[in-house]
Amino acid sequence: MDLTGKSLFIANRGEIAVRINRAAKALGLSVIQGHSEADADMLAVRMADRAVELGPPAANKSYLDVARVVAVAKEAGADAVHPGYGFLAENASFAAAVEAAGMIFVGPTADTISRMGDKVAAREAAIAAEVPTSPGSDGRIEGVDEGLKVAAAIGYPLMIKAAAGGGGRGIRVAESDDDLRRLIPQAQSEAAAAFGDGGLYIERMVRDARHIEVQVLGDGSRAVHLFERECSLQRRRQKVWEEAPAACLSDAARTRVCDASVRMAEAVNYRGAGTLEFLYEPERDEFYFMEMNTRIQVEHPVTEMITGVDLVQEMIRIAFGEPLRLAQDDVSMSGHSIEVRVNAEDPSNNFMPFPGLVGAMAMPANARFDTMLYEGYAIPPFYDSLLGKLIVHGANREAAMNALATALDEIRIEGLKTTLPLFRALVRDADIRADKATTSYLETWLESHAIDAA
Amino acid sequence: MAKQIQSPLPGTFYRKPAPEEPNFIEDGASIAVGDTIGLVEVMKTFHEVKAETAGDNARFQAENEAPVMAGAVLVEMD
Repeated sequence: MDLTGKSLFIANRGEIAVRINRAAKALGLSVIQGHSEADADMLAVRMADRAVELGPPAANKSYLDVARVVAVAKEAGADAVHPGYGFLAENASFAAAVEAAGMIFVGPTADTISRMGDKVAAREAAIAAEVPTSPGSDGRIEGVDEGLKVAAAIGYPLMIKAAAGGGGRGIRVAESDDDLRRLIPQAQSEAAAAFGDGGLYIERMVRDARHIEVQVLGDGSRAVHLFERECSLQRRRQKVWEEAPAACLSDAARTRVCDASVRMAEAVNYRGAGTLEFLYEPERDEFYFMEMNTRIQVEHPVTEMITGVDLVQEMIRIAFGEPLRLAQDDVSMSGHSIEVRVNAEDPSNNFMPFPGLVGAMAMPANARFDTMLYEGYAIPPFYDSLLGKLIVHGANREAAMNALATALDEIRIEGLKTTLPLFRALVRDADIRADKATTSYLETWLESHAIDAA
Repeated sequence: MAKQIQSPLPGTFYRKPAPEEPNFIEDGASIAVGDTIGLVEVMKTFHEVKAETAGDNARFQAENEAPVMAGAVLVEMD
């Protein structure tokens, strides 16, 4: 597909704007970079063919202002808009407004975004596609009696969740019938107050789980998977370290979860790059669907490293109307990849944010560093703390761990406090090297380990 | 010379704990040592700004939701 002469508006900032810029240029697209007043100096602005201002530093007056972003992109003459991740990437009305203005939205339809954004609707779509979900209620529960019936069938502990909740909000854990009798009315009235919807559903609580997610690409009718990632190392529900593939899975388990993800993507006529997130319980060898993210994800590079597929280029091609170029048999994986998120935070001081002036930098020889940084750049304090992602590849997991240790020794970013010292400690941790970490591992580890500032 | 309270961090300054709540300190009010005078949001985390000196007749120099640099004068007082 020849996209020469067409233009792509990037409605995002930071490292992902740089990443999208590179992919767009490789496809022959002209790049129009949107930016706030505080981001006029950012790397993606310097790389773009043109840059246009979106508004004041505060994200809700620039990157999050739907009407403004659409108007600026239209005025700039953009053919398509890439939302990146975060900001408006999973905002259905933004996707609809971009298309209503006569531009292409690089992502799924507004309808898919809103369907997957509703937790009960997404769970129902998963069940309909025979994607494994955590045992629980069939949709919403009406009250305590129905809750007790579900509990008798699935056992304790279980989670009472608000249908309109999300991101960990509106969740309660019940260990017994007594808990359930007490917590259901309480959860109902709180959900009604917080979300304007008292609807509840119940799921079995999964402990000692791994976070496994499957990358898919679809063109609206056909979909393929690009294998899975493991992202169990998290702090405050934020991933800090990601790998592909998940070394803890057997080939049979991998095939099961990847095939299920393709079924779901095809069932919802998924278009673009998406990710299905699961909890995996090794003891039972069971997966439980959590949610589907309808965008490119921060950790997409580890999938690119093992498959050789440029996910951002593929999602742009699909958005411009090209049918999915890959058949499932075309996708194979080779070796093992690890990514760590380098944030402007001080791990020796409770991860205090550290916006500052970037000093001298030295790059590792055999690693990929997807970053927004350049020497002399003043990092604005108004947005998240992600500076870049250090990505390595090796013939197997052990080789990738060794490559990561080397890259961490070589990389140097002066003038800032970053999370690099945390990773220098984690890469030498015996449990992590032995692939033992579950989703609670890092929080516990941090309670007993001090990180030296470096 | 008027006493000042400066922002300890760069970021976005908030005069109230949440959008629908009243200001921590109204203009013209007195400020005691240890009072929270506002919040600075830096990289999506919120930090309270506490007064290290007391004063009267507070005059805020930074508006609610204003971007501030480290060292920016947030409030002057007598």
